[in-house]
Amino acid sequence: MAKQYEFSSKGLPYLLVLPQMVIVIIFFFWPAAQAVWQSFFLQDPFGGTIIFVGLENYLKLFTDPDYGASFVVSVLFAISVAVSSMGLALFLAIQANKKIRFDSFYKTMLIWPYAVATMVAGVLWLFMFNPNVGVIAWLLQKRLGMEWNHLLNSNQAFLLITIAASWKQIAYNFVFFLAGLQSVPATLVEAAAIDGAGPTKRFWKIIFPLLSPTTFYLLVMNLVYGFFETFPIIHQVTAGGPGKATSVLVYKVWRDGVINLDLGGSSAQSVILMVMVIGLTVFQFRFVERKVNY
Amino acid sequence: MIEHSKFRRYLPHIVLGLSIIIITFPIWLVFVASTRTSAEILSAPMPIFPGSHFLENYNRALLEGAKNLGASAFTMMKNSLIMALGISVGKIVVSLLAAFAIVFFDFRLRKVIFWSIFITLMLPVEVRIMPTYKVISDLGLLNSYWGLILPMIVSATAVFLFRQFFMSVPREIAEASQIDGASPMAFFTEILIPMTRTPIAAMFVIQFIYGWNQYLWPLLITTNTKYYTLLIGINRMLSGADVQIEWQIVMATTLLAMIPPVLVVVIMQKQFVAGMTDTEK
Amino acid sequence: MKKFLIALIGLALVAGTAFAAPVTVEFWHAMTGKNGDMVQAVCDKFNASPEAQKLGFRVSPVYKGSYSDTMNAGIAAFRAGQAPAIIQVYEVGTATMMSAKGAIKPVYKLMAENKEKFDPKVYIPTISSYYSTAKGEMLSMPFNSSTAVMYYNKEAFKKAGLNPDKAPATWPEFFDAAKKLKASGMEGGFTTNWISWIQLENFSAWHNQSFGTKSNGFEGLDTELVFNTPLTLKHFQTMYDLSKDKTFIYGGRENKANPLFTSGQVGMHFESIGGYGNMKATCKFDFGVARLPYYPDVTGAPQNSIIGGASLWVFNGKAAPDYAAVAKFFTFISQPDIQAFWHQQTGYLPITKAAYELTEKQGFYKTSPGMKIAIDQLLNKAPTGNSMGIRFGNFNIIREIEDQTWEDILAGKIGVKEGLDKMAKDGNAKLREFQRLNK
Repeated sequence: MAKQYEFSSKGLPYLLVLPQMVIVIIFFFWPAAQAVWQSFFLQDPFGGTIIFVGLENYLKLFTDPDYGASFVVSVLFAISVAVSSMGLALFLAIQANKKIRFDSFYKTMLIWPYAVATMVAGVLWLFMFNPNVGVIAWLLQKRLGMEWNHLLNSNQAFLLITIAASWKQIAYNFVFFLAGLQSVPATLVEAAAIDGAGPTKRFWKIIFPLLSPTTFYLLVMNLVYGFFETFPIIHQVTAGGPGKATSVLVYKVWRDGVINLDLGGSSAQSVILMVMVIGLTVFQFRFVERKVNY
Repeated sequence: MIEHSKFRRYLPHIVLGLSIIIITFPIWLVFVASTRTSAEILSAPMPIFPGSHFLENYNRALLEGAKNLGASAFTMMKNSLIMALGISVGKIVVSLLAAFAIVFFDFRLRKVIFWSIFITLMLPVEVRIMPTYKVISDLGLLNSYWGLILPMIVSATAVFLFRQFFMSVPREIAEASQIDGASPMAFFTEILIPMTRTPIAAMFVIQFIYGWNQYLWPLLITTNTKYYTLLIGINRMLSGADVQIEWQIVMATTLLAMIPPVLVVVIMQKQFVAGMTDTEK
Repeated sequence: MKKFLIALIGLALVAGTAFAAPVTVEFWHAMTGKNGDMVQAVCDKFNASPEAQKLGFRVSPVYKGSYSDTMNAGIAAFRAGQAPAIIQVYEVGTATMMSAKGAIKPVYKLMAENKEKFDPKVYIPTISSYYSTAKGEMLSMPFNSSTAVMYYNKEAFKKAGLNPDKAPATWPEFFDAAKKLKASGMEGGFTTNWISWIQLENFSAWHNQSFGTKSNGFEGLDTELVFNTPLTLKHFQTMYDLSKDKTFIYGGRENKANPLFTSGQVGMHFESIGGYGNMKATCKFDFGVARLPYYPDVTGAPQNSIIGGASLWVFNGKAAPDYAAVAKFFTFISQPDIQAFWHQQTGYLPITKAAYELTEKQGFYKTSPGMKIAIDQLLNKAPTGNSMGIRFGNFNIIREIEDQTWEDILAGKIGVKEGLDKMAKDGNAKLREFQRLNK
């Protein structure tokens, strides 16, 4: 892609970025620096006693099997959410892309869940799957003979949070996939049909490759969503349980810091998360940039 | 499509119709629950058709809010609105300026500034909540709208989107403006911004929803109930110690709280979609 | 003219000081629903009282979220120099508040400094001891205290052939009744809230068994968890075995198991007496309240139960007039009629003996016999070192460990004995961390 035109003003750009930078410095770097600082200490919640412990908080995390488990759960969860919400969204986008009547109705109806607060989504799904009074739980138990108890069954708990998290995200992915599909030149597809390729072959050989920048972008965004932004769902639905089966990293940071008042350990976890965020951002720009801009 | 078999023709409708039913089902349940009594909701299973308590429950949700939560539903809606609008407008303005600078100028600190802004892209507020509280307090911004809004406009999502869009604007347009002797700012305000309508609209929708749905941060930094948002109200109803949750009121309030963001999405759907996807190419 | 104006201003100034400058103190709390209304009501009563009016004192209640949200908000506020005067902290946070060097002002000091009459002996012993030092100095003001009781479904009892007016008194009878209830067609026999508070802490106290060494932590930070005894093992093994055929149904942590009982799926339940009002409101059947069961072969059982709930702490660093207002407020809420009002409206226990007696005179316990049972259970015997209460640092983490491990036990991931031992071991690690910070 041709590089964008650049103005020659010397002082103006600094003035333009100033508001953004001020905010970033005050509300990101300053608190981040504080988190780094606090991660080297052990302190009582009120700040009355502070003991310098060097890297002990980090060492404790790295040798704690719970932290490792939390890491694994987080990755699995992010991947599950990404795959399921992207897969479903793609499928729906394909259906909505066909020249059918009511397609703008369908589009509207599939997009609006995006407006629902993540916390609210968590509450809704908890409500439906509550083993004691939930409508769907009742259906599963009474009509399908299935044992549903996400309070004790870790796999079911995991499934529940995946569904709740994906539900919202399908709308977002749907928008992108639909736009991506609509930008595939119809002539290309028709030519393949004339050559005798069936619908499945047409999809995988032509449409999907052309969709790959969209897919890659969504994959990154969905992984980020699943990894970082699903805190309200875990908080409302499982509180990290049963046992610690759904205690993802973001939830653990909050719980250890805010509820259990372990400021040092929580800060260390925040720092690790921030490092991962930075890594992901660099990755996103180095690789996604290249894929997208051809 | 290309094949015209009858089955193929109806399949999309069936699939989409079913999906819509499945996706909308939770909200339907919320509506049903908001029209029933607590006892009906808690008897397994809850009936899936609306009950007869619509008026009673919504009345209570709207009016009793004042009693239970120290703030009327009206006040909370106002605050949610101020937060949502403050965050979206604030973020858009600041981000447009920053993205413009990063894309259209070459200056010494460009790379540094670029990376500084973009590493904020994904950090959720929960992770930085305690240190940010201290910062806000040090600045004397507790219990204020500024304190509610400013930390929420940190993340670089808008800068990212606008950057992508600006980069896809044909070079000739900026060049042409220079030939006409326009200053960079004139180019910005008279040519670039109008072109950026759809991404701006998309960002507005996303940030409005983000701001509207905040509860953890406002709860922490406000002690004055006149700053409570709707989501705090809902959260408060769910976290009773020793008190049974009144699900029907929770559901009614949840529905009420959902209306503005859903309206925003539905009304601005066209621009939202166009704005998000145009820049992606 | 000038002289007249000066005189007028002088007069206004003098007149102004005759009415005291208003002092408003904030009271951060975690009460919702009816309880939240009652907090507001109590504060309103105080603000309207003649003494408060004369002195210009006002207490302003602010809801800050759940107990842990509120505590955390208080800590964050304190670190930022913005603490409220009064904060409600759950019993689990007692040790943390106590060990906070210089952050809190002990209540007994507050009352003495402000020359308020204050006699710890008017408070019910099991309640005040929880929040006092070993020497009997009260550090926080008890406010909403509850204790654990058993609720049972009288109609289900009848159907199962059990006597609805006589709840099982011992655990063997209890388990027997649970099996009968299940056999009579119910989903399950029983469930419980708060596995930690009810089945471990209260269980230990009720059987005069140590939950932790050093009088459950009252006497020192070098306390250790010792609840994983053969008795506790027997108890948990039974519950685990009964969970296999759903005689015992697990309903979730904290108070999430309530719907199992209120919707009629199980016939017996353990919950705080603070939930009494909710039971009355949501149970469509006739239910009764009874004492916790005990194992009859344990000497000293039943001893007394311990409290749950929260108390009011006062932050340091406020101005003297603020403390004067707080002191007056504390005196106010300890009065028998205010206590009786709070107790009867919310379901929490009366914190003074006088309030208890007043309530009894008012005939309240005739319509709400469950309350009396709870109080009598608390007063059953004079508290021993094992039943004064619990004082552990990092206590909410320890309870979380107990919840998580219990869930693993029920899911079959770990044996009952290993699970209990793990709870003690992991919990002890947390106690050592706390000790290290607060030596």
